[in-house]
Amino acid sequence: MSIDTAPTVSATALDATSGAATRRDILHRLLMTLGPILAALVIAGGILLAVGVDPLAYYGYVLEKGLFSPLGIQQTLTRMAPLLFLAAGLIVAFRAGMWNLGGDGQFLLGAVTAAASAPVFVQIMPAWLALFCSFLIAMVVAMTWSLVPALLRAYQGVNEIITTLMMTFLGTSLANVLVKLVFRDPGTTVPQTRTLPVEDRLPRLFETTITSGLLLGLAAIIIVHLVMTRTAFGLKLRIVGANPRAAVHSGLGVPGLTIAVFAISAGLAGLAGAVDIIGVQGNVRADWNPAYGLAVIPAVFLARMNGFAAIGFVFLLSVLSIGGESAARRLGVPNHFTLVLVSIVLIVLALAEYVDHRYSQSRKA
Amino acid sequence: MTGLFSEVFLSALLFGAVTAAIPLLLAGLGEQMSEKAGVLNIGIEGMMLAGAYLGFVGAFYSGSLWLGFFAGAAGGVAVALVMALLCVRIGLNQIVIGIALTLGLEGLTALLHHFQFSRSYPRLPAAEVTVIPLLSDIPVIGPALFKQHLIVYLAVALVFGMGYVYRRTQLGLNLQAAGDKPAALDVAGIDVVRTRTVAVLTTGALAGLGGAYLANVGAGLFIPFITNGAGFLGIVLAMLARGRPIWVLFGALLFGVCLSLTTAMQVAGINIPTDIIQMLPFLAVMIMLVLFGRRASLPAALGIPYERGAR
Repeated sequence: MSIDTAPTVSATALDATSGAATRRDILHRLLMTLGPILAALVIAGGILLAVGVDPLAYYGYVLEKGLFSPLGIQQTLTRMAPLLFLAAGLIVAFRAGMWNLGGDGQFLLGAVTAAASAPVFVQIMPAWLALFCSFLIAMVVAMTWSLVPALLRAYQGVNEIITTLMMTFLGTSLANVLVKLVFRDPGTTVPQTRTLPVEDRLPRLFETTITSGLLLGLAAIIIVHLVMTRTAFGLKLRIVGANPRAAVHSGLGVPGLTIAVFAISAGLAGLAGAVDIIGVQGNVRADWNPAYGLAVIPAVFLARMNGFAAIGFVFLLSVLSIGGESAARRLGVPNHFTLVLVSIVLIVLALAEYVDHRYSQSRKA
Repeated sequence: MTGLFSEVFLSALLFGAVTAAIPLLLAGLGEQMSEKAGVLNIGIEGMMLAGAYLGFVGAFYSGSLWLGFFAGAAGGVAVALVMALLCVRIGLNQIVIGIALTLGLEGLTALLHHFQFSRSYPRLPAAEVTVIPLLSDIPVIGPALFKQHLIVYLAVALVFGMGYVYRRTQLGLNLQAAGDKPAALDVAGIDVVRTRTVAVLTTGALAGLGGAYLANVGAGLFIPFITNGAGFLGIVLAMLARGRPIWVLFGALLFGVCLSLTTAMQVAGINIPTDIIQMLPFLAVMIMLVLFGRRASLPAALGIPYERGAR
């Protein structure tokens, strides 16, 4: 594949050595993130005005329900758990120059296997072991699912954008078939898997409704970030991403690394599905597909594949989606407006980064 | 079971296959041109949605299907213009912008639909068909293939037209060079940015047309998310076709037959989850890839913005 993924190693603000420079850098980054978001909100506000909705009321609800109300922020943090796992998986793949666009299929298969296995396991073993096994199975299933694109890419050079996209269509359908035919709960009329009792799900944090999956997600993305930036294995993957031919010449086993990248990336996507089911949803309904992957992919790019920045963007996405859902309910705007808002935010952020880059280049010159 | 394999049934199945294949064909042909010129156009789903919405609005208010198609193509071009500006001219990441455009158009068209049509769900009258004499008298395939809307024949003709452009014309060579070695094209005195812009705008027009066909002829109405992944299928088709328009046609027909089969099974009351049938075309293609998996022959500069003088 020739698509430019040159991993931006320098992007890690944490690498900077002097404290003052770091602070200025962080401040600059913060400004370059919040400014565009504000601009995007103004543009999207124009659309709201055009359809006859008061933008200030809308944004008020988004902030209140997504960020400031106790219940809202808890929902936001809960929503982050699966998104963080997905983002972690994408960081590994993109840094290694592999376009795993099959996240949604891997996510759903992970979700379905977790939903199918967890209610059975909790009856025959202690709860913690049962959940652990469900996570493990979800991960292994998603990894196996990614084996076909991985092998095709590693040994045949077949482009992984096509194969992962096709596998995601296949995976979505297969997940539905599994829910409707194999794992269907006989006790309900609507096709869905058996529901995991609330007391057997992942524990909630302290006295809140926040799932402890959030901590797992944070751990996953930070570990991925450290592995990719601080270890020999991460360096190998980044070399493969930066220049596969150079990687071959420096003696790296590129096919093996390719398969490893797909396995890790898909495994994390499978875990994302599992954490959403075992922590939050409790079961999978037929035709359930939140399509998180599509929103997380651009967020990971804007974070320049930096784990810490990705956490920030995932938080932003969660605030917008949770806040948008409730603002939509209250003001009678369809929830689809959230999509428009996210889209404008992404585009303006990308534009701002370009302008910033040009500006800093012209200052250097 | 006799009803299942009757002449009428098969004919309807084939007719449905063509109807389902045309949007995929147009999207695939469009995506192919973008990719040839080095732009990975992930925003094509958004362009199709813009085309579907504006195509429907155009046809609904003007009463003319052709004005609808024109409006749909224009809608696709409008989205493509944003893409060309952001990704070709100033070189932003094509995947970020592509996905953002798709998300935005999904939301925007659903929003507009909500405020305009969600109470009435208006429908267009069935599209009039152009009957080709003699050929349409052939049993089974005649009514299916030769009693279609005029735009279907035009779309198929376009396959051959594009094949000609790619192989025989200067423009075709320029497009190819813009994707394979843009610096060489630049040295030859041809503007890479302009060549790629032309390709992206053409993609927009074709995708918009495909969307308009989907809404106006295929469904007769616009509903939110009507494209349902057709744009992404177009990307798959374009990549599988390895630069040859005729393979886009074959691929689109394969997927069209499977999509049509899904509907037909439901009509016939056969109790298989439609998901299984929907998996068939993907399974077929994956098996083909596993058996005959060959090196991808994608343009070398695909996805890389061209910056003059960059090393």
